[in-house]
Amino acid sequence: MAAGVATWMPFARAAAVGWLPLAQKTMPKPPVDKKSRSDEILFVNVSGLRFQTWKNTLDRYPDTLLGSSEKEFFYNEETQEYFFDRDPEMFRHILNFFRTGKLHYPRHECIQAFEEELAFYGIIPEIIGDCCMEEYRDRKKENQERLAEDTEAENAGDAPLPPDATLRERLWRAFENPHTSTMALVFYYVTGFFIAVSVIANVVETVPCRPIKGSIKDLPCGEKFSVAFSCLDTACVLIFSFEYLMRLYAAPSRCDFARSVMSVIDVVAILPFYIGLVMPENEEVSGAFVTLRVFRVFRIFKFSRHSQGLRILGCTLQACASELGFLLFSLTMAVIIFATVMFYAEKGTKGTTFSSIPASFWYTIVTMTTLGLLITAIHYQLLIQLLMSLYFHLQYLFMWGHVGLSDLLSCCVPQDGDGDSTPLCVKNRSAFEHQHHHLLHCLEKTTNHEFTDEVTYSEVCVTDSVGFRTSRSTSLSSQQGATTTCCSRRAKRRAFRLANSTVSVSRGSVQELDTLHVTKTPAGTQYPQSRSSLNARTENLKLNCDDYTAAIISIPTPPANTPDESLPNSPAIPGILRNSRSSTFNTQETVKISSL
Amino acid sequence: MGAVVGTLTMQTKQRRRPSRDKIDDELEMTMVCHRPEGLEQLEAQTNFTKRELQILYRGFKNECPSGVVNEETFKHIYAQFFPHGDASTYAHYLFNAFDTTSNGSIKFEEFVMGLSTLLRGTLRDKLEWTFHLYDINNDGYINREEMTEIVRAIYDMMGKYTYPALKGDVPKQHVDAFFQKMDKNKNGVVTLEEFIVACQEDEMMMRSMQLFENVM
Repeated sequence: MAAGVATWMPFARAAAVGWLPLAQKTMPKPPVDKKSRSDEILFVNVSGLRFQTWKNTLDRYPDTLLGSSEKEFFYNEETQEYFFDRDPEMFRHILNFFRTGKLHYPRHECIQAFEEELAFYGIIPEIIGDCCMEEYRDRKKENQERLAEDTEAENAGDAPLPPDATLRERLWRAFENPHTSTMALVFYYVTGFFIAVSVIANVVETVPCRPIKGSIKDLPCGEKFSVAFSCLDTACVLIFSFEYLMRLYAAPSRCDFARSVMSVIDVVAILPFYIGLVMPENEEVSGAFVTLRVFRVFRIFKFSRHSQGLRILGCTLQACASELGFLLFSLTMAVIIFATVMFYAEKGTKGTTFSSIPASFWYTIVTMTTLGLLITAIHYQLLIQLLMSLYFHLQYLFMWGHVGLSDLLSCCVPQDGDGDSTPLCVKNRSAFEHQHHHLLHCLEKTTNHEFTDEVTYSEVCVTDSVGFRTSRSTSLSSQQGATTTCCSRRAKRRAFRLANSTVSVSRGSVQELDTLHVTKTPAGTQYPQSRSSLNARTENLKLNCDDYTAAIISIPTPPANTPDESLPNSPAIPGILRNSRSSTFNTQETVKISSL
Repeated sequence: MGAVVGTLTMQTKQRRRPSRDKIDDELEMTMVCHRPEGLEQLEAQTNFTKRELQILYRGFKNECPSGVVNEETFKHIYAQFFPHGDASTYAHYLFNAFDTTSNGSIKFEEFVMGLSTLLRGTLRDKLEWTFHLYDINNDGYINREEMTEIVRAIYDMMGKYTYPALKGDVPKQHVDAFFQKMDKNKNGVVTLEEFIVACQEDEMMMRSMQLFENVM
């Protein structure tokens, strides 16, 4: 329930008067509220900064440190206040969460510090409001990537090989970490040199040289010194082939190596030469052969092994692949539009170059890329993102010195869940829950029907089983585990958006609802993480649950960066939230975090 | 090229406009602020103590900073308590019952008056309030159609998955039972007096009135 909705409980209960004349059975006795109703102001001292708040405010979320009796451990009798030796700046945000029901992420704070504070106060990060969620997720992802690089760098390491390493292992090491031995370093520089030579040769051989004696026409150098150039080319290819084969031999997993980007580049670099050897020298295929020679330029990408910056660029591009894709798509769209326009505009004119739409493509592309600055301006956001992440990566890299080759190649690490477990003690129900259950119980008595869930309903419908007991036991047995909670509701994540803020007088912004009533489900079954509204899902409503057994349930913290965009927004119907929305969330044991 | 820029930037401007409109709307709405009468006055008019009024108002103001509740918000809040079914119809009737001035919004005074009647009022007050809840068109009589509406609304709150399953026209049976009990002269409508008398005779219902003990 939303933080403030709890205060409407008296109203909801009062409204139940409308059911009384219709009830066919007597209403159950209302729960007795032992606690005194009077509100008091509590003092909370956080490292010297004194906060004051109503006790009711803190009681809204009984499963946090401040809302439960756990805070009594921090009570200072002499000063009559609760003292926490924590960051007072952060506490402001925590307290605001209690007050408004919305948790905001302070942008200037370190994300780990923030998460630690949240963990201390027993608040899960998933309830961060939409306004700050994206920022939070981005920062978290960045942090995790950085940590991943860090740990990989540590692991990859320059630790010396065990003395009984095979030749293969030593060779692989030499290739991956060239500075470990002199031979490796020499090999590293030699290959680098030959890559440079090969690329330069490719360029130079097209430059026009002075014609040979007896001819007037300018010849490209490639034809004049064809022998020299072909020797050079052969030498380079031989060295590259040798290097590739050595790497292939040394690789611990040949399959993986063969599939890696760098090896593909290597293959593409040397393939044209071998294809040229194989192909006969005739006119028809020579055209295709010439095209193949173009691929020789890909040798320049072999420099990636030698330049970490280049690899980082590659990683960044990979990370921004979707945005780049969109950029390309929008470019294509624009090209097609304008090519069509140009074609039809110039259609009447004689002797026009725009003989067809594809012919206009060239003109359009040239114009557009010439004015590429304009496109950049429009997509500046993307570019800035690109540059920023590149900058951060580079900065990190150069600040911390050497980073292993492997970890940069394995960039864009897929994010796994944290697997963190936060134990939460569920001791008893809050008064609010008692009252809520009583209310629902009253409704059941009025209509003479009971709440049930979809499963039981379909069972009953199908089998048409008689016996109140039978169905009850079915529903009981469907719940493994000690806690059988009344009114178990699925917790959904998305904050509720008030329907149609046109006439919405109350706060048009999101009302935070947090009910985490999730029961223990049989191990293995996973509830679909759909964002159904409060009304859609019904679970078992147990009647007369007198045993509220205490249980320590742990909840795996879901990964923070699971994309949320796929889930639709139901505007008119409230949605419950506060749950992991990752598909990896295993609902073996789920936590009961009821928030008022 | 300029055209491209033009179109694209215009598009972004247009995209931004709806949200700005919304923000403007919201700003407008929140500027319409209603402040309730003084605490003493309310205390005199209702059966609540000052402290209780304070607690009530704090909760009210937290949910509705502008000081009034409109029907959408009201329905939303009430629906929170009944996640299984659809509480909007019943909430609509409740809204009309609370909104004594019938201006489409509930001020804090109306809210508190209603609560005072229900929680602290005399038995007769409560029954009268309930009668007005049922009497949808405010003509002084409850006829079958009105009662059917109410009963259906209540059954809607149960949702689809109930045990036993809702078969046949259960609301109609319920309405028939109600009229049997309440309509003494069998003229097809229930008047206020008939209603009050019948309720007072109903022991079960009187026992259930304990529902309202220590709600506040």
